[in-house]
Parts: sequence; C-alpha cells; structure tokens
Amino acid sequence: MSVKVIIPTPLRQYTEKKESIELEAKTVAEALASLTGQYADLRRHLYNDEGKLRTFVNIYLNDEDIRYLQKEQTPLGTNDVISIVPSIAGGSSQLSVFGSQ
Amino acid sequence: MATLIEAPVVKLTKDEILRYSRHLIMPEVGMDGQLKLKQAKVLCIGAGGLGSPLALYLAAAGVGKLGIVDFDVVDFTNLQRQIIHDTNDVGRPKLTSARETIADINPNVEVVGFETRLTSENALEIFKDFDIVADGTDNFPTRYLVNDACVLLGKPNVYGSIFRFEGQASVFYAKEGPCYRCLYPEPPPPGLVPSCAEGGVLGVLPGIVGCIQAMEVIKLIIGRGQPLIGRLLLFDALSMKFRELKLRKNPECPVCGEHPTVTKLIDYDQFCGVRGEDHIVPITVPEISAREVKKMMDEKKPFVLVDVREPHEVQICRIPGSTLIPLGDVPKRMNELNSADEIVVHCRSGQRSAQAVGLLMKAGFRKIHNLKGGVLAWADQVDFTMPKY
Repeated sequence: MSVKVIIPTPLRQYTEKKESIELEAKTVAEALASLTGQYADLRRHLYNDEGKLRTFVNIYLNDEDIRYLQKEQTPLGTNDVISIVPSIAGGSSQLSVFGSQ
Repeated sequence: MATLIEAPVVKLTKDEILRYSRHLIMPEVGMDGQLKLKQAKVLCIGAGGLGSPLALYLAAAGVGKLGIVDFDVVDFTNLQRQIIHDTNDVGRPKLTSARETIADINPNVEVVGFETRLTSENALEIFKDFDIVADGTDNFPTRYLVNDACVLLGKPNVYGSIFRFEGQASVFYAKEGPCYRCLYPEPPPPGLVPSCAEGGVLGVLPGIVGCIQAMEVIKLIIGRGQPLIGRLLLFDALSMKFRELKLRKNPECPVCGEHPTVTKLIDYDQFCGVRGEDHIVPITVPEISAREVKKMMDEKKPFVLVDVREPHEVQICRIPGSTLIPLGDVPKRMNELNSADEIVVHCRSGQRSAQAVGLLMKAGFRKIHNLKGGVLAWADQVDFTMPKY
C-alpha cells in the first residue's frame, strides 16, 4: 500500500529535512521499519533499547491513535497517512525531545 | 457540555456595555455570555510566548478575574514574541509588566498574580479558586503538574504548546474527555532533552496558538461551539496547514482512568528524571575557558578549533580560525580531524559542543576540550565586539 508518513519538526533533522516520506507497506510496523531502514538515525529516537516505541511519541493512522487500533499491527490502506506526534513543551522557550538543532 | 460558569449574578456597567457591544450584539454571546465572562476566573500559567496573547485577549474579552503565574523577569530576547511586555519592561518582573498592560487594555479585569514557581506544594491551593486553567508553560514537569492538578480538582486545562514553527492545542477536561497523560503517559527522559533552548521559534507562532487557547477558554465560559476536548489540533505555520487528530480517554490512565493510581500530586522533577530509557548524553567533558584558548592563540600553540554550530549561526559571528562541522555532521566528518592534534570544540553556549566532545571521545579522541560557555563566553571574555544571540 502506498502511504505517506508525516515527520514532525523535531525529527526532520534525521530525515534530510523532509517533511513527509512516501513508502510502501502493509502495516504500521512495516512502514516504520521501512522508514527507520532509510533513515537510521530515526530508529533510536522512535524506539528504545528494547525495540519498543517510546511512550512520548504517538503514532496516528489518519486521525486515530494506533494504540486504539491494532497498534503496530494496524493494516494500512492506499493513501493512508501516518503521523508521528511527539510531545513538545515549548511555551516560553523551546524544548524538543529529539536532541538539539 | 457541563456548565462551567453559574447563572450570572453580576451586572454590567454602562461603560462595560459600550466596551463589549460587539460581543453583546452577537446572539452567540449576548448579555448572558458577557456576564459569564465577567464572572469567570481563569488562571494563566506563564506570561510568556503563549501567555501573552492569551492574557491580552482574555482581558480584552472581559474575563472578570485573571490569575497569572510567572516568576520570571522580562529578557531582551523575549520581546520578539512576548507581546504583553515591551522594551521598557526589560529587567522587570513579567507579572508586573503583564499587570500594567492588562490594566491599560481593560481596567475592569481583576489580576491576581502568583510570582512563584508552580510546585506540588502550592498548585492545588493556587488552582482551586479558578474555573479554567490555561497552560502556557515551557517544560515537561510543569505540564504534568498542571494536568494532574486539573484532573484532581475537576478543572479544564486549555493546552497549547509550540516548537519552532509547529504548534499543538487541545482542551484536557477529564470529566468529559482525555487528560494530558492519556496522550502522553510518560515524559521524555531528560537525557534526550537538550539543556539549551537553541531551537528558536517564529515569534508569531505562540501568538497564533495562544490566541487559539484564548478562543477555547472563551468558548468554554460562554458554553458555545465545539471545544477541542478529545481533539488535538496540529498547526504547521510554514505550510499553513491545520490538522486534527482524535484523542481518546485512556481507561487505564493513572490519573483520570477508571482506577487511578495518582491521587495526589507527586514530585514531577523526579517523575521526569526517573524514566531513563536511553543513555544520558555525557555532559561532564574536559573543558577549557575562552581566555585560555585566546592565550593559546597568542602564544601560537598549535591546535584545531572546531565550530559545531549551524551555517546560519556562523553568519551572525564566528571565532577566527575555526573549522565548521555542524553537530549533525560530526559522526560522518570526524575523519577530517586528526586525533594527534590538540582540539577545542565550541558552539554557542557550550552544550552542543559538549555533546560533540562526548561523541569524539567515544571515537577515541583524547586531546580534546569543550570551550566552556561557547561564543557567548568568547564575547564576554575575549572579543567585546562580538554580538551575542
């Protein structure tokens, strides 16, 4: 399935500044594996040492949190959009969980 | 939606009726709505980037009581976005500055100031007299503190946050939807959060997100429209796109779920520090001061000075003789450096360069030092003509 993955600002430094990546995958897990395969630096920011998705990063399929679907096994449809949504805390100053720029 | 503000018991003066006429002639607001605004008590956490437009518009709208929590002092670099403060306020407490601006816009608003850090010891006491809390803070521990306090007290938390040119907004109201912890159960470990706020931000971005927060506060007060409860609004300023994601209440949420385990406020600094999921970036590396580096230059001692800032920062200022290798490029360009050389690494304030030194030391470099304080220290100690940023 042809899907688009939207990369949040704090992670674009690891995807050659691309805002979204198009790729082929059948499930969310496959899409993320393909993504981190292409952009190795992304891996440690999305996954912890045990290979689990970090808890301060949420993955959405279209407008639904995958935790309420089939998590990483959620199947994809054509033209689906996967969003990576990290927690950000900028208010007065700017903080990102993904390392300095 | 549950009624937040009781049936109005206050009245509007003739002046107020004229002031708010543009609200009063709208059926969605009317006298009823304006009286609810007058009776409302809203607490703004932070009078900074988000808090500025938030407080300004709530004051203009006639919110009766505005609480502001901020212990900070106005800094010159704030003026690019914190529009409740002006040039004459630099050096003054933000609370004082905010009070004066609000009084000028609308003297009918009662401002209650809390010039203190929000903590687990004072949050419940501060929040209890307000109807709605609007979170404009800039750090994770406080966001979790505000969330938990609002859930425990049953108050809506109007959330906004920004990063560079992206913003998020939502309304966390545990009685009717998810809370912040339903979305992000755990904060990121501090090792992954950089200690220097070098991301930068488009000044007008918190202006937009803060205004969205003000809009949501007003809608909650007058009970009109569809609030952002259960909805995460994402805004990308560069592409000028708004997106919306569904937020669900997590039945296992430790604070607002069916079997809450958090029933009182905890130590949030510890909460944000305990969950180490990754290696903490080493911050204790060998250091050298700007004066010592200048001395090496004057004595013609051979060494290599590496600048790990971004190209656009070099346009602002640079230390003569430095070689630019942006931090992100260090892993793949470290072969350009000779480990037999004496190396000094610098950035703007010493944090990114500390990371670079850590990376290089892991790769076997031994004769290496971090320039403590970066170009800011260079500007203070060596070259007084160098601009600071």
